Amino acid sequence: MPSRLLDRRLLFVTGKGGVGKTTIAAALGHLAASHGQRTLLCEVDAKGNLAGAFETGPTEFKQREIAPDLWAMSMDTEASLKEYLGLQLKLPLLARLGPLARTFDFVANAAPGVREILVVGKLCYEVREANYDLVVVDAPASGHIVGQLAAPAAIGDLVQVGRVRDQTSWMLDILGDPSQTGVVIVSTPEEMPVAETLELTERLRTETVVDVASVVVNRVLPELFTRSDEEVFRSLREPARAAALAEAVGGPTQPVLDGAELAVRLRRTRAEHLGHLRAGLPAGVEMLYVPELFQRTHGVRATRQIADSLGAELGF
Amino acid sequence: MAARRRAAADPAPAASLASLLAAKEIVICCGSGGVGKTTTAAAAAAMAAAHLGGKVLVITVDPARRLANALGLERFGNVETQVPTKLFADAGVEPRGELWAAMLDTKQSWDELVRSHAPDAATRDAILANPLYHNITGRFVQSHDYIAMERLYEIHASGRYDLIVVDTPPTRNAIDFLEAPDRMADFFSSRLLRWLTVPARSRVFTMASKPFYTAADRILGSQFLQDIAEFFLLFQTMYDGFVERARAVTRTLSDKRTTFVVVSTLEAAPVREAEFFIDALQERKFPLGAVVLNKVLPSWFGDRAATGVAQRLCAEAGPLAEAVAGSDLDTAAVTRVLGEVGESFLNFQVVATREAEQRAELATGTEVVATVPYADHDITDVAGLLELGESLWR
Repeated sequence: MPSRLLDRRLLFVTGKGGVGKTTIAAALGHLAASHGQRTLLCEVDAKGNLAGAFETGPTEFKQREIAPDLWAMSMDTEASLKEYLGLQLKLPLLARLGPLARTFDFVANAAPGVREILVVGKLCYEVREANYDLVVVDAPASGHIVGQLAAPAAIGDLVQVGRVRDQTSWMLDILGDPSQTGVVIVSTPEEMPVAETLELTERLRTETVVDVASVVVNRVLPELFTRSDEEVFRSLREPARAAALAEAVGGPTQPVLDGAELAVRLRRTRAEHLGHLRAGLPAGVEMLYVPELFQRTHGVRATRQIADSLGAELGF
Repeated sequence: MAARRRAAADPAPAASLASLLAAKEIVICCGSGGVGKTTTAAAAAAMAAAHLGGKVLVITVDPARRLANALGLERFGNVETQVPTKLFADAGVEPRGELWAAMLDTKQSWDELVRSHAPDAATRDAILANPLYHNITGRFVQSHDYIAMERLYEIHASGRYDLIVVDTPPTRNAIDFLEAPDRMADFFSSRLLRWLTVPARSRVFTMASKPFYTAADRILGSQFLQDIAEFFLLFQTMYDGFVERARAVTRTLSDKRTTFVVVSTLEAAPVREAEFFIDALQERKFPLGAVVLNKVLPSWFGDRAATGVAQRLCAEAGPLAEAVAGSDLDTAAVTRVLGEVGESFLNFQVVATREAEQRAELATGTEVVATVPYADHDITDVAGLLELGESLWR
């Protein structure tokens, strides 16, 4: 059965640092757009990695079409505040907001959740206004995403009256609807990312209203040998046979065989972690696998390749 | 001889991580997420305890369960625990010193800080029970960064350890925690905070501030602003202690006895972040002691002759299989295996080549660069940590 992941309207892509969160977000955006969905990609931690995934210029708060049906932006809480004030409060003299925004920084620090709600609010706003078919968020890493997604509810609890409180209820409607919103956790088949994925899944379920849609396992190593072929490999490593091979091929075979050995052991360690992940995830969270690409740059080509494997996983 | 004379006159910079750790009291490991910071910190501390002696403490933020087990740590918390010497004995090492380990519990650390700075029991209890306090310590992103540095300062000042190795918390930006103490001090002395904590009727509006407060009122509601104010009224009783403390923490970071170790893999994004971090350290005059390049593929993946062999295995798998299969092996299976072996080598070689390029481009600005090979297994005991440590040490 094909996955309904891209039928949702708002996807938060998160995961432990270093697992390839931005690349997966970029690939999901690319995949949706290439199937004709008007898609917005939003980078929340402005590190500029999203621009790298498409080899385009730096992204800004103002949305820009970077490929057919694909728009990109980077989150900026100050710009979001200005937009919000302009739209909601009809505050005149937006030019005067410069010093206001600076002071606002202090309030945002003092009142946790205020900065977060400006981020989540902007994203929900794009969904509510139906400006796009799909909004894909390159969200903060696991350590921070829970705070961000829990912000509307937390603000709702802390703030009894005021505009911000009024705003939280429609946001919660969007965030809490699994047909509209979902979290995609990116992991790799390694110890820490797997542990963090399981922990994050649990925290999202207990501390936020947002549904965990999928876990994307990135950098899955290919199986090198079947069991019987691995025995053949073992016998090729026996001294006499290795010597015969070195002679037949006319060069040093040791590093090449060592390399295969390393690949086999890596694959085995990772398979254990993968099994642990599979066993620990609640039913209903789909797992999608993306193979190790054996390249470490993240340009357009890598984004397309990953989009292709995700597409195959999603049944496109 | 000339070199030795010069060394006597002007101490030469540390030439290895071993000499760096021998000369410093605080080592701060930093770098982007997923590069193996925690393991590096633990391995460096284990090596120092084993070979340099003295009392060594490693403060980790969020260790993998296996690593925690490797150190004999069972429960998470702020308590400093000695790693049993038996674990070293199991690894066949008789340590010259002691290895201690602690984990950073943000909430518990904040509570302790409040307890030690609150002027009286009533204020202390009121703060600890305040819902905003829970939010601030739990969600205020910078609070993790600050508390890590604060705890480091506290432990260092206690004089209980000869060497403290710190694993820094994952931050949105690697430099956040460097600025956390300053930001905390700024925050507590901010104009807005003072305004908020003044009783409402005596507030003075200036032309510039009025629109802000009007907007803040409309957005957040006056009740919420009141709640914030109440909380900070309580917190302000600790103001002097806090600001003074934050300044002292910053001084510790730039002290001669402190050094920074930047950890990175040779992937593009972590390398970019490492460069950014190295620049940030230099800008702030914080001392960079070493760069650790982690999870690096073996150099033989770049071997030219081996590449030729791998290519031939792919292209001529059939004839080569016939030459080596003999009578006991199935030629078709050998063909498959040889082809896979060759292709796998070439795959990993692509990655190794990229790594070499990243390595060449990385301007470290330090003489001490340690390379740690890619481990194909997780670290589960002290022996594993020391094995990793050996490659750091050189």
